[in-house]
Amino acid sequence: MPELHFPWLEASIITPLLGALIVTIIGEGNRSRLWAIGFCFVTLVFALGEWLDFSMLHTFEAHDHWDIITLFFNQDVFLIDELSAPLLSLAALIYLVTVLSTLRTKVARFSFPMTLISEAILLATFSCRASWILVILLSIATIPPWIEMRRRGRCTSVYTIHMGAFVALLFSGYAILQFSPSSSEPALLAGAILTGAALLRSGIVPVHCWMTDLFEKATLGTALLFVTPLTGAFAVMRLVLPIAPDWALHWIALLSLVTAVYAAGMALVQTEARRFFCYLFLSNASLVLVGLELVTPIGMTGALCVWLSVGLSLTGFGITLRSLESRLGRLSLIDFHGLFDQMPSIAGFFLLTGLASIGFPGTIGFIAIELLVEGAVEVYPLVGSAVVLAAALNGIAILFAYFRIFTGRRSATQISLKARFPERIAILVLTLLIIGGGLVPQPSVASRYHAATELERHRDLFHKDSNLPSAPVHTDQGPKQAEHE
Amino acid sequence: MTTAELVFQFLGVGTVVCPILLVAVIGLSSLFGIRLGETLISRLTQFAVGLGLMQAVAIVVLMISVNSRIVSIDVGDWVSIPEQHFHFHLKFMFDRLSVPFLLLSLVLCGVVGAFTRRYLHRETGYQRFFLLYSLFLTGMVVSSIAGTIETLFFGWELVGLSSALLVAYFHERESPVRNGQRVWSVYRLADASFLMAALLMHHLTGAGDFSSFVGSEPWPSGTAALSPNHALLVGLLLLLAASGKSALVPFSGWLPRAMEGPTPSSAVFYGSLSVHLGAYLLLRVSPILEASLPLQIIVIAVGLVSALAGSIMTRAQSDVKSSLAYASLSQVGIIVVEIGLGFYYLALVHIIGHACLRTLQLLRAPTLLTDYHAIENALGTRLAGQAVSSHSTFSGKLTRWLYRFGYERGYMDALLDNYVIAVFVAVFQWSDRQERRWTDWLSSEPSRESDLAELHPESMEPNQISLPLEKNVSL
Repeated sequence: MPELHFPWLEASIITPLLGALIVTIIGEGNRSRLWAIGFCFVTLVFALGEWLDFSMLHTFEAHDHWDIITLFFNQDVFLIDELSAPLLSLAALIYLVTVLSTLRTKVARFSFPMTLISEAILLATFSCRASWILVILLSIATIPPWIEMRRRGRCTSVYTIHMGAFVALLFSGYAILQFSPSSSEPALLAGAILTGAALLRSGIVPVHCWMTDLFEKATLGTALLFVTPLTGAFAVMRLVLPIAPDWALHWIALLSLVTAVYAAGMALVQTEARRFFCYLFLSNASLVLVGLELVTPIGMTGALCVWLSVGLSLTGFGITLRSLESRLGRLSLIDFHGLFDQMPSIAGFFLLTGLASIGFPGTIGFIAIELLVEGAVEVYPLVGSAVVLAAALNGIAILFAYFRIFTGRRSATQISLKARFPERIAILVLTLLIIGGGLVPQPSVASRYHAATELERHRDLFHKDSNLPSAPVHTDQGPKQAEHE
Repeated sequence: MTTAELVFQFLGVGTVVCPILLVAVIGLSSLFGIRLGETLISRLTQFAVGLGLMQAVAIVVLMISVNSRIVSIDVGDWVSIPEQHFHFHLKFMFDRLSVPFLLLSLVLCGVVGAFTRRYLHRETGYQRFFLLYSLFLTGMVVSSIAGTIETLFFGWELVGLSSALLVAYFHERESPVRNGQRVWSVYRLADASFLMAALLMHHLTGAGDFSSFVGSEPWPSGTAALSPNHALLVGLLLLLAASGKSALVPFSGWLPRAMEGPTPSSAVFYGSLSVHLGAYLLLRVSPILEASLPLQIIVIAVGLVSALAGSIMTRAQSDVKSSLAYASLSQVGIIVVEIGLGFYYLALVHIIGHACLRTLQLLRAPTLLTDYHAIENALGTRLAGQAVSSHSTFSGKLTRWLYRFGYERGYMDALLDNYVIAVFVAVFQWSDRQERRWTDWLSSEPSRESDLAELHPESMEPNQISLPLEKNVSL
């Protein structure tokens, strides 16, 4: 396997771990925030370095230079491929902007060591291919939010039940896959169980209530960091996509489509900003799954592009909401707040990120959504229109929230509510990426298309090697199972 | 490439670049918190519109001199995946339809830009207005000369967003904001319909160029490359999109609401340009309409009903802007009937004449009383009031019904609220209650801290005001 020129992967995983240790020693306070920002920044540099290095290799996958972990496990544990390369940088960026936009007043509530540990787990997860280590990492990633909720004295039943089921399904599904003889039936069973796990983690209706509960009870920062990198979708790509037959994936796509429309509708009736964001995110994240499960080059390319655009735009949207909450507390959407004059740049950013998430022209999401809709219509000419409906409802919801929060009354405060310097940097970075990606979309689309075709090719090879059923049959009425030869 | 083609390319791209640069300058300044002076904004706007207009006129002169009825400017693929035949092609087209509409857009935007300089003098939202104005201008220019359905959609969306935000321009009051939200909601549904139509056409013809599905002959003599059934399906989606944008029945309810915005935006958007964009879309795809007789009949019916409804409603309005808005609707309805009947040139001339007249009327509307006073002062006597005829063509009962219909704006908002929005909200609120019951049951306690989000005291019922103090759960 080709090798990177530097142990980027290990460095990007170890850096936040080291940061967590140092920040723990420093203790709470503004210094720990500054150190956490520094470590997140270095991690991002390593993540970008590995992406750059990997792109210069022109290969599907590569592993670290001086791969120390291989010495312990006798196999390539961490590797980078076309799917994970941008995701690692995206994850590191999400963590950096979230930590960067944490105000000093919130330092006591937001645990930086735990955040850095979560970052290390996430980067390690994104650096894994299907293996027991991936299963373990996906499982332990659920612990930091649980600890935070316990520390805050909140009831964790909803989260524990759902995530407990997720971990149980994950382990049992992967165990069946690993320890059963090679034939199609156990693989199908394992695929079904692993699909259940991935759908749970992705918050697909009707097993989505853990997500709203998390947003209710955890800090907004932790909830954002747990959901915005779309770890559930990654689990689908690594664990389900290679083994599931096409017809099963199409039905998952339909379920995701239902979730996208349902969550978009739910976003419109929410009366509080956090829950609103949660449903908005759920709707957009489900659209990613829709595209991934279509298993067509266009659909998958669209989904991978939407993944990046949703990751960037809704992280931006989320941190804007977090900035607002840190100044004003929980925001009701029943009445108007009229904050535009108090914080015009945050208002503009709120609108920009929201519009980017629905694929407004000139933003990073525009071409992504176009590709996704094209892919959906290709497979389900009629049902694919639901993607358009979900996007339309989300668009209405975005402006609804914008009007409620920033307009409708004249608000006056004795202290300035304007964006602080670190917040402005976070806003600027994300704005440049959202608009830059929107104006020059070809590089990212070409890269994602290549990744999609390679993933599909590897999946076909895997199916041939494992003698698993495949052969898609698309009709206008929807998916039909292929006749097995 | 010949010299003429090079010149066309330069001028055509320049026409689009001018408003984009205006958006970039005002937008980036706003993003970085830089406040531009009124004079500077005004000069920049005049420069962008003036330069764009000059280039458009130069294209017309050049087209006449080289005797060309259609000029296509191929910018290239913005995004392409050649293996999958996916192309987002940027192409602009200058023909007998797009050139008049482009000139109309630039002239009216220029006039309104100059008017606004004084109208919004010392307003705190001056820069915000011109940012949205420049977005609108970009959207109109791109829509006017779009050579592919995707490019048209791009401009269409920009027009929609800028329009909704300008309706809510006076955003310190609730009413404009609620109206902006209503306009945006209708636009989004219309946009969804447009996007579906675009994708369907892409799917059926394998390309997004207008020339691929309405033929390469100069407008209006194209031939649809779709079967009658496909033409009907695509045409209905496009008609839905056009109805939303042009406020045709049953979407007319948003039109008077849009008048909450500042007068210049009302004039340029809902009086002249934006309201005709739907009709423009129908003109652009006119060969598709011709391919299906049922579709033509539906188009005529929608136009006729809109014209009649607009005509009734405009007579019962109590403010001048709403009255003008519905008068616009009745004219747009007639334009749509003309399109349905195949009188395309007539429809185009009607659009241009109507847009100019309505812009003038709306810009003069705020000073209507002053104008009357000036006339009366000049005459030295009061103007005679218009006598109300005691004789009606219709029976008393029908007259009262028509008046009520007009006064209640065709009950369109009420129907939409009661039978669409209320049902939608009820279904999802029911789902929300079930989710609450489920999480409460799993938690064995109330699971929603979001219920504790505080309202502003003004929004609370008197018995609610003390409630937050009683809460003992810390957030």
